[in-house]
Amino acid sequence: MNTEKIIPPFAEDDDRVDGIEKVTGRATYTADFKPANMAYGVFVTSTIARGAVKNLLLHEARNAPGVLDILWYQNCPALPGYRPWAADPQKKGFEWRGLKIFDNNLVHYFGQPIALVIASTWEKALKASALVKAEYIQETFEVDFDSLRKDPSRLKPSGEYKRGEPDAYKKAAFYVESEYHMPIETHNPIELHATIAVWEGDKKLTVYDKSQGPKGTQNELARLFGLETANVRVITRFVGGAFGSGLRSWPHVPAACIAAKLVNRPVRIQLSRRQMFTMVGYRPMAWQKIGIGAAADGTLTGITHHAVSNTSRYEDYREGIVNASQFLYECPNVNTSYKILPLDINTPTWMRGPGEASGAFALECGLDELAHKLNMDPVELRIKNHAVLHPQSKLPWSSKHLLACYDKGRELVGWHQRSSVPGQLTDKGRRVGFGMGGGVFGAYRGNATVKAVLTAEGKLTLMSAVSDMGPGTATAMVSIASGAMQIPASKVSFLLGDTDFPPGPTQGGSATTSTLGGAVSIICESLRDLLKEIALKQVTGFAGLQKEDLEFGKETLFSKKDNSLRISLGDLVKATGKPQLELVKEAGPNPAVMQKYAMNSFSAHFVKLAVDMETGAIELLKVVCTGDGGKIVSPKTARSQMIGGAVGGIGMALTEEALIDLKTGRYLNDNLGSYLVPRHTDVPYIDTWFPDIADPVINPLGTKGVGEIALVGFAAAVANAVFNATGKRIYRLPIKPAMLI
Amino acid sequence: MEKPTPVHGESRRNFIKKTTALTALAVTPGALVKAGENHESIASFFEKTPLKMEINGKAVEVLVDPGVSLLDMLREQLGLTGTKKGCDQGHCGSCMVLVDGKRVNACLSEATDNNGKKITTIEGLADGDKLHPVQEAFIRHDAFQCGYCTPGQIISAVACIREGQAGSEKEIREYMNDNICRCGAYPNIIAAIIEARDSGKKI
Ligand code: FES
Ligand code: FES
Repeated sequence: MNTEKIIPPFAEDDDRVDGIEKVTGRATYTADFKPANMAYGVFVTSTIARGAVKNLLLHEARNAPGVLDILWYQNCPALPGYRPWAADPQKKGFEWRGLKIFDNNLVHYFGQPIALVIASTWEKALKASALVKAEYIQETFEVDFDSLRKDPSRLKPSGEYKRGEPDAYKKAAFYVESEYHMPIETHNPIELHATIAVWEGDKKLTVYDKSQGPKGTQNELARLFGLETANVRVITRFVGGAFGSGLRSWPHVPAACIAAKLVNRPVRIQLSRRQMFTMVGYRPMAWQKIGIGAAADGTLTGITHHAVSNTSRYEDYREGIVNASQFLYECPNVNTSYKILPLDINTPTWMRGPGEASGAFALECGLDELAHKLNMDPVELRIKNHAVLHPQSKLPWSSKHLLACYDKGRELVGWHQRSSVPGQLTDKGRRVGFGMGGGVFGAYRGNATVKAVLTAEGKLTLMSAVSDMGPGTATAMVSIASGAMQIPASKVSFLLGDTDFPPGPTQGGSATTSTLGGAVSIICESLRDLLKEIALKQVTGFAGLQKEDLEFGKETLFSKKDNSLRISLGDLVKATGKPQLELVKEAGPNPAVMQKYAMNSFSAHFVKLAVDMETGAIELLKVVCTGDGGKIVSPKTARSQMIGGAVGGIGMALTEEALIDLKTGRYLNDNLGSYLVPRHTDVPYIDTWFPDIADPVINPLGTKGVGEIALVGFAAAVANAVFNATGKRIYRLPIKPAMLI
Repeated sequence: MEKPTPVHGESRRNFIKKTTALTALAVTPGALVKAGENHESIASFFEKTPLKMEINGKAVEVLVDPGVSLLDMLREQLGLTGTKKGCDQGHCGSCMVLVDGKRVNACLSEATDNNGKKITTIEGLADGDKLHPVQEAFIRHDAFQCGYCTPGQIISAVACIREGQAGSEKEIREYMNDNICRCGAYPNIIAAIIEARDSGKKI
C-alpha cells in the first residue's frame, strides 16, 4: 500500500477558480497576447498531395502593402535540431519529430505549409498570401485507406500479442466475427492553435503557445534552436480546449520563431480553421476485425482483434487500438495484431482516449453482438467475464469498481425497460432502444515539482509549469491544498502556464490530477511539518509540545490538548521574521509499490435513444455515464469532464467524419459548417455517476482520472442502442440516418 | 437527430470593399500624423475608414483598414480580446457580440458596417465587479470547461432571454445552436440559461 496518507479534499465551494476570468472575457488565450510591434504570419499551403515545390513566385506578394518578408525553404536558416548530426554531441538523441517546416522543398500532403507571409497586419498577410504562386513537381499520391489497407505489403507491423490459442473464438459454441470502420476524427478545439514568438537578441526566446505541456514545448524549442533551456520561456495561460492536439509542438510553432527572427519583430501565427485539419493531427482512420467466442453460459473462450490505422508517409504514429481487448475481460485465449498504413496525408496524433476509444468501438459492439446471439443481457455478459486480476500480468488492480458502475448505470438509464428483442419498444411512432458500452484507460502518475509560498497574511500560492486545456487543474489543486492546509479556497491560488515555474507534467492521459495533485499533497505535508516546527521552536506557549499534539484548522495551528492555544498561519510566518515561507518539492510515484499493481480507470456508458424509421433520425433520450476514476477531487469539474467526454462520444457516434478527396488528397469538409461536431440540439441532459472511492495505491489523493474514460466506449453504447431499437448493426462510424432506413 | 445547418456560408474574403478615399479625407490632421508614426505609410492611411461607435457604453473612434472584420477590429485594434475567433467563417459562434441589441457573428460583420452602432461585448456585461446574472449562472452551473466558447455562449444566452426565446429547453437549444462548445458543456449551459431566466433579475 501507499505510505503517503490520503488527504480528503475539501471544498468550501467548488466553483472554478478561474470562472470569473472565463465568463468576463478576461482569460487570456494565446492569440489574445499582443507584444509591442507584433507582426502577423499567414501560411501559404500546398495544393498538391505529393511532390516538391519547384519554385514560388513571390514578387507580387512581396510588394503587396504591409508585407515584411516571406519565409520559405530558400531563406530558412539551418536549425540545429533539424540536423542533429551536425550539432554538438550533447544534442545527440534529439531530432525534431515530424515535418521539418521550411527545411526543404518536399511536399508530403495537400495543405502542407510551403511559405509564410509576414506582414504588419493579419489582413495584409492574408491578402498577400493569396498572391503567392507555386510551381510544383507532382508525384502520384495515395490516400485511399479503404483499398490500400488490403495490400499487406504496404502495412507496417506494429505489435502482435498472443495468450493461449490463437483464433480460439472460432471453435466456440457461439461466436461473432465482424469488421469495423472509423473515419478521421479531428480535435478541432474551438481555440485555433496559435503561437507568438518574441526574441531578445539571438539567445533568448519567449513563446506564447497553445500547448498542453509548456515544459515539453520549451525543451523541444531549446533543442531545435540550440538554446539554453532556461533561455526559452513558454507561456500558456489559458488553453481553449485541445483534446490531444496540444501534446506536441507542430510545425507552426518553430515557423513563428524563425519568422520572428527573420523580420526582427514578434510574430503571431494563428492557424485558420481549415489549417486545423492539416497541421495539428487527428484521430487516424481505422479498420478493425474482431472475433469473440463464448460458451453457452456466456463464458468468453477466445478474442481475436486485428487493427490497421493510417499514419503519414513522413512519420509513424501508433496507438493502442487493440490493447484493451487483451485485458478488459477475463478470457483464456486472446490474440491481437496491429499495423499502420502510411498515406500521403498529415500525421495523426493522440486524441482523447487515443487507441482505446477506437478499439472499444469494436470490442464493445462485438460483445453486444455476442450477447444477442447468446440471448443474454449485455451487462450480464460483461459481469460474467469481469476480470478480478489483470489477465495479462495476473496482478491485482490497485482499485476496480466497474461492477458498481454497471449497477448504477443500469438503474439510472432504466435498463429494466429494455427489450432483448430489437425493435419492440416504441415512442410516438419511433423505435426506442437501449445500449451500453464499457471503457478503460491507464491510470498514471508521473513526476511534478511544485513551489509553495505562504505569506504573512496567511495566503498560500502554489505554482507549477503545467497548462490547463479545460478540465480545471487549478481548481482541483486549490481544492486539494485548501483541504490539506485548512485554508479557505479564496486564500489559495494556483499559478500555471509559465515555464518560469517549477517543472510540471504535460496534460494528457488523464494523469494531471494524479501527478500534480500528488505533488501538491506532498508539498502541503512538508509545509504542515515546517509550520509545526516553527511553532514548537519559535512560538511561546507551544514549547514542550510534540508535533503529534498539533493540528490545523480554520487557518490556524492549534494544540489538540488545549484548543485555546492557537496561532494563525500568517502569524507563524511572521514568527520566522521572514516576509514569506517558500518551499519547492518534487514528487512522483514509488515504482516499487506501483509495479505490484495494475492501474486503470474504468467506465460504463448507457444510452437510451429513439429512431424515426422513416427519416432515420436518431434522438438521444437519455445518457448515463458512470466512471471509476478513484477519488473525485472536484465533483463539479469531474462531472463536466464526464459530460464533455460523452459529447465527444456523441460526435464520434453520430456526426464526425473528416473526408479526404481521393482525386486530390485534400480534406473535403475542412470547416465547422461541414465537419459536424455536436451542437446544442444534439445533446440531451447527461447523467453522471462516480463510485468516488479512493484508490489506495496511485497517489496520496486516491484519484485516477476521468478524462479519457469519459469518451472510451461511448460510441459503442450508441451503436448498440441503435441495434436494440432497429435490429440494424452499424459497423461504420458515424451512424447516419441513411443507414437506418 | 437533426443536423445543425450552417447558417452563414460567407467567408470574410468575400467582403465587399466599401472604403473610399473620400471618407478617409475627413480625418483630422492630428490622426494623420499619428498614423504616420505608427509605421503605416500615408498611402495606406488614406485607405482607412474612420468609425464612431459606442462600445460597452463608451464612445469610441477608430480608423480601420479595408476588409477588417468587426471581430478583428475589437481584438486587434481595441484590445477587446474577450470576443474570440474560432473559425472566422460564421460556423462556431465564439465571436458573438450584440449590435444594437441583436446578436451578431462579429467575424462576418465588416467593421465599417457598424459605424454609429452600439456594440456590447462580453467585457461590457458585468457592472464593475458585479457579474451579469447569466455570467453568475454560468459559473454556478460550470457551463464551460476551457472557456473559449464562453463569451459567445453568454452573449447568445443574453440575447436568447432578452428576445423571449428561452421558453422551453427545446427552444433554448434551437436558439443556441449557432454556438459550438467543443468541450461539450451543453447540458450545463442550458441549465445556466434556465436559472438566469428564472432568477427574476434583469437580463
Ligand atoms: S469566429 Fe465567428 S462564428 Fe466562428
Ligand atoms: S468551454 Fe471549451 S469550447 Fe466551450
